[in-house]
Amino acid sequence: MTPLQRYLVVSTLLFGVGLAGALTRRNAILVLVGIELMLTAANLNFIAFWRYGPNPESAAGIVFTLFAIAVAAAETAVGLALIIKIYRHRRTTNLDQMDALKG
Amino acid sequence: MDPAAIIAALLALGGAVAAVSLRNLIHCALCLVLTFFSVAALFLGLGAEFVSFAQVMVYVGAIAILIVFASLMTRDPGTDPARAHEPRAIRPWPLGLGIAGAVTGVLLACVGSSRLLPDVATPATAPSVRELGQELMTRYVVALEVVGLLLTAAMIGAVVLAVREPRRPDQEVGR
Repeated sequence: MTPLQRYLVVSTLLFGVGLAGALTRRNAILVLVGIELMLTAANLNFIAFWRYGPNPESAAGIVFTLFAIAVAAAETAVGLALIIKIYRHRRTTNLDQMDALKG
Repeated sequence: MDPAAIIAALLALGGAVAAVSLRNLIHCALCLVLTFFSVAALFLGLGAEFVSFAQVMVYVGAIAILIVFASLMTRDPGTDPARAHEPRAIRPWPLGLGIAGAVTGVLLACVGSSRLLPDVATPATAPSVRELGQELMTRYVVALEVVGLLLTAAMIGAVVLAVREPRRPDQEVGR
């Protein structure tokens, strides 16, 4: 197994754990945690491919990861603000109870 | 992978499992911090120092703290007892785990059997932070500006969403 494949296996397992968390947990904050784990796994993939790819002297892989981190930060901020807003309105963060379109 | 990378990978995976499986939200957030630190260590081992520090600052410094704040501001009262015995159409636990396991299995099979991956590591000459900054300000300047705009919009949006609106006396505010 090449070093690149080992890193890909690690990021795959991280992605799988995040996906399992996002699909099975019923607290909205923990679903967001699972999504963060999946994004981190994607970033690990980017860096591993950059490092073991044909030209690691290029900055493209690093720049891509930096932008992915920035977008993830924006996504988390808006997601948590939405969760807090819904909590104020419905007094719950349980996704099973957020089942009404009516306000 | 050297031993440090293996330890970091194991810590990252263990922290991730704990972060999505523990009951206490604060414990989940702390385990998430462990995972983010370990992934930052993996980045360091791969020669991406700047991404590693950005990971620590953004994920550990901002996102994990945001998650802690959000879990402090919301209190999950648990499932409503009146609705706890409603029959569900599908059972969520086995289905979610099964889907995640299937996706992971397919991805692992792809990684294990792919012939497209380069098998020799080229010697690393990672770009320095100086070169990275020059690239960001010249070749990727449009993307940089767009990300800046996105972050500003997200910040304003988050504030607008989370701000407590004043109650008007004539309007009945729900619960």
